Amino acid sequence: MEALEIIDQKKARESATTIPAPVTQPAETVSIAGSKAVLEAFVAEGVDTIFGYPGGAIMPIYDALYDYNDQLKHILVRHEQGGIHAAQGYARSSGRVGVVFATSGPGATNLVTGLADAMIDSTPLVCITGQVFAHLLGTDAFQEVDVINITTPVTKWNYQVTDAKEIPSVLAKAFHIAGTGRPGPVLIDITKNAQLQKFDYEGYVKCTHIRSYRPKPIVRPEYIAEAAKLINEAEKPFVIFGQGVILGKAENEFKQFIEKAGLPAAWTILGLSALPTDHPQNVGMLGMHGNYGPNVLTNECDVLIAVGMRFDDRVTGRLDKYAKQAKVIHLDIDPAEIDKNVKAAVPVWGDCKETLPMLTKLVESKKHTEWLNKFGEFTKQEQEVVINKELNPDTEELTMGEVINVLNELTNGDAIIVTDVGQHQMVACRYARFNESKSNITSGGAGTMGFALPAAIGAKYGAPHRTVVAVIGDGGVQMTIQELGTIMQTEINVKILILNNQFLGMVRQWQQLFHDKRYSFVDIASPDYVMVAKGYGIEGQKISQRKEIRTALQKMLDHEGSYLLEVMVGKENNVFPMVPQGCSVAEIRLS
Amino acid sequence: MKKEFTITVYTENQIGLLNRIAIIFSRRKINIDSMNTSPSEIEGIHRFTILIDETEEVVRKVCRQIEKQVEVLKAYYNTEEEIVWQEMALYKVSTDEIAAKVKVERLLRECGARAVAIRKDFTVFETTGHREETDKLIKALEPHGLIEFVRSARIAIIKESKGFHVKLKQFENREPGTEVVENEFLNRQEEVFSM
Repeated sequence: MEALEIIDQKKARESATTIPAPVTQPAETVSIAGSKAVLEAFVAEGVDTIFGYPGGAIMPIYDALYDYNDQLKHILVRHEQGGIHAAQGYARSSGRVGVVFATSGPGATNLVTGLADAMIDSTPLVCITGQVFAHLLGTDAFQEVDVINITTPVTKWNYQVTDAKEIPSVLAKAFHIAGTGRPGPVLIDITKNAQLQKFDYEGYVKCTHIRSYRPKPIVRPEYIAEAAKLINEAEKPFVIFGQGVILGKAENEFKQFIEKAGLPAAWTILGLSALPTDHPQNVGMLGMHGNYGPNVLTNECDVLIAVGMRFDDRVTGRLDKYAKQAKVIHLDIDPAEIDKNVKAAVPVWGDCKETLPMLTKLVESKKHTEWLNKFGEFTKQEQEVVINKELNPDTEELTMGEVINVLNELTNGDAIIVTDVGQHQMVACRYARFNESKSNITSGGAGTMGFALPAAIGAKYGAPHRTVVAVIGDGGVQMTIQELGTIMQTEINVKILILNNQFLGMVRQWQQLFHDKRYSFVDIASPDYVMVAKGYGIEGQKISQRKEIRTALQKMLDHEGSYLLEVMVGKENNVFPMVPQGCSVAEIRLS
Repeated sequence: MKKEFTITVYTENQIGLLNRIAIIFSRRKINIDSMNTSPSEIEGIHRFTILIDETEEVVRKVCRQIEKQVEVLKAYYNTEEEIVWQEMALYKVSTDEIAAKVKVERLLRECGARAVAIRKDFTVFETTGHREETDKLIKALEPHGLIEFVRSARIAIIKESKGFHVKLKQFENREPGTEVVENEFLNRQEEVFSM
């Protein structure tokens, strides 16, 4: 009974799940349709760009959109998968929530790959799908698919709206959930009747609190102190960082931390660009095709400080031989990541924007010169065996690396590089240079081929003043090549660089190394990309000579508007170094 | 080492949440031995009781994944020693058989069974208790023509729990108390962080 007095049950019921925040719009009651309420929510949330594709069940929203032309830009894509990848690109280059429209049934199921990709790469999205009338739910109606259940495992949150009155509060929740904590995709399925239904609209109230959702943990200083003590006592401390630094907008805090404590720092491919390539403490890339030093020295460091990364198997290699000698400090906002793959000696649960400055305050100023130099020694070896051959090859065939290298020179590392999945992705991530954060956009966790072309379109909308170069293989580009139509229609300026090795290169590499060169269905034919681009009104060029690289890339970058450059590269080049599957990071191979 | 764990989850009452929780297990190919959803001590808050046979390491990780769901307030896991639990079972047997054989009657008495329905053709008995107790009666009734058997999911009370009222109040606060958002699990890494 005592406990019952503590909480007034009636009050609990009334407070429901959200506590109202100040109304952002004048509270006057007007009758509007659910479809209009969706767009009002977008305007209130500061959405400027929507990627979408219309269809039967989402027509009322598209009808309402007709009147919002001056406030909301809608990009008509060629396939819903392209739409969601574009929204991902937008979110990644802008640091804001990407927004997608799709219709019911196949329109919604076409989003699934992008949802899975955004889920594993923590990309904030709000996807709106149309749904059949509520009275038709479960009747196998035309274009009816159980979208909520299909998308449950690949969304941070999803919800079906059948009553227009719910729309403002549900969308407020959607934006709050997508963008806070560890970000992720949210899908709201709205039945057609709810879109058409008129209701008394009282303005849009932003959601700032959901009682069952705690995106921002309170940081406990005693663990910061414990972490700082470990770092201060360490002789060979090593920082590995992921996208958490970018998502937490903590690039500066991160830099200050590693600079004060003199820590070498290596990145996961999603953490790439959070720290400028030129930074003297940036020791390179982790993982399967990462740099030699960071991989080998992971198993030599005494304190391993993981910041906003999740110890993916492509980063750790064989887990039972991963950094066993080191005390691990794990900074993450998602408590489910702590101790998931690697046991942390000191887990620091919190937003790294907050935890990093707290740590910086307590760590001693150090240099660790000798330890840092050790990375340099490994770099030298890697340079001799791998990097020089890749960047300055003596073969007749072109390498992907030399193309990226020239691109670096021409862009000065200021471009946004969007990559697809495969060999070119690993090469681009290894060799592209970045000065600015949010400049590397790639499909990391999911490894979604076909990601780059649509994501590059979105990235350009998210960062219109920057040069966007999509680096794509001949396999991936054919998966979403229809988005050239989107580029044509919107006249968006995206540079498309196809590195064509006439193979599904990464799979071929594995078949060569681990399957006795049995090249099973990796020999992929390509269309004449320049001609395809021409069909879409996009200029292009194909080159295969070393002497053409610089002028062709320069022409691509100087061209007003989109441009497609196809570079024929060596057919059977491999990406090295490589940590073979099932091996420890220390067993990384240079050839 | 695998053993039985009882997971207790406090959640909002939301359509689809059952699926969200269930797929956390199926994705990892973990069989759910039993699952019960019911109201909790607080109106509007639902309580899931899930029984699985797994190692503590797996159970801890699963609980964190459950708690990560937006509409989940808290997930706890407990061993059998830490809970008071019951399961209910129903047995349908032929009334003739029961009437004819005194032995059966004695069996039922010994197992603490209760008749909940008596018809000319059949009788339904009920027992409530631990798995061994309900199993014992199946074994006993089988030779006498057990027509139908069903057992409910486990429901459990956590011995150490002080109820969810205080916690919920903290959840509702804009500035939550440390109990809700602090790094509780850091103190006792061997336990689930939410205890």
